[in-house]
Amino acid sequence: MEHMGVEPGRLQFSWISSAESTKFVDVAKKVTEAVQALGPNTKFKKSK
Amino acid sequence: MSAKIDAIRQIARRLLADGAVDMVIGFKRGTLPMMNEPCFIRKAEEADRLVWDSHCGINLANYVTDRKERVAVVAKGCDSRNLVNHIIENKIKREKLVVIGVCCDGMLDKRLIAEKSREEAGAEVDAVEEANGQITVKAGALIWQAPREELLQDNCKRCRHRNPVLYDERVGEPVAEKTEDNYEDVKRIEAMSSDEKWAHFENMLSSCIRCYACRNACPLCYCPTCFVDESRPQWVGKSQDPIDIRTFHFLRAYHCAGRCTDCGSCERACPMGIPVRQFTRKLNKDCEELYGWQAGLSIDQRPALDTYSPNDPNDFIR
Repeated sequence: MEHMGVEPGRLQFSWISSAESTKFVDVAKKVTEAVQALGPNTKFKKSK
Repeated sequence: MSAKIDAIRQIARRLLADGAVDMVIGFKRGTLPMMNEPCFIRKAEEADRLVWDSHCGINLANYVTDRKERVAVVAKGCDSRNLVNHIIENKIKREKLVVIGVCCDGMLDKRLIAEKSREEAGAEVDAVEEANGQITVKAGALIWQAPREELLQDNCKRCRHRNPVLYDERVGEPVAEKTEDNYEDVKRIEAMSSDEKWAHFENMLSSCIRCYACRNACPLCYCPTCFVDESRPQWVGKSQDPIDIRTFHFLRAYHCAGRCTDCGSCERACPMGIPVRQFTRKLNKDCEELYGWQAGLSIDQRPALDTYSPNDPNDFIR
């Protein structure tokens, strides 16, 4: 995805067990922060 | 070349006469120059329709998918790798298949030759002949020449597996192989910024008409219903909007991850001349760097994306 021009950090992968609630919260926070910093993904919007 | 034609015909005749196979799949001369077509021979006496030259770029592995009869296939290096893929993916049984492996010298780039003809002679190609590594093209009233190496398809210039990796009958003597692919074409794109990459592919795909010729020519694409044709659920938009076009192209490439042999069929089939291999080449490069994997080299090895090893790179997972 990054190779075809999606900004690094917009697509993220994580492995979280159902028992790892704190990790889930942590990852969710970090992903939201990263994506908010990048702003809206206008590239994937259809032109009309 | 004619020695190879004789050898192919002889093998086809023998296999059919002996009843070893029900059908031989090879190439016949096309109606236009540089456009050889797949040819299906069921009778020994028809074997003389088979030809071999530098225009056999179509990947014949595409025509053996799910065949129940015993078939013999004429296979270049890349075709043989796709036959290996087919065997691994249970699309054909090894024992139903006779591989007539042809040691390949690379195929000519029909688009490049056509373009050059228009430039040099202002005419379409009437005939292409070759002798001693030199190509002679007749176009209209003019004739132009160029070294064979310069007119090869891009994937053939980079090819590391010209000799068939799997064969029952071999045609021609093994040719010297390149040992590595430097992937400089992929690295050039990798060096770009995100915006440049986006613009590069936007520009590259701007002429796509979504005819799906790239998919149809690809031996890897054998799903009964392709994701682009599915409407329930509809995985990808069917419009000509640039993002729909791009989604199709990168999903198509992902489906070829760890399977693509860089045979160049997709690019060859594209009526608009889009270098669609740029997507699959990136995945081939990644597969090679991350897993040391090149598709279709052995029927005894499981594909990179089909196996798990504790050492698999997983730095991208948080």
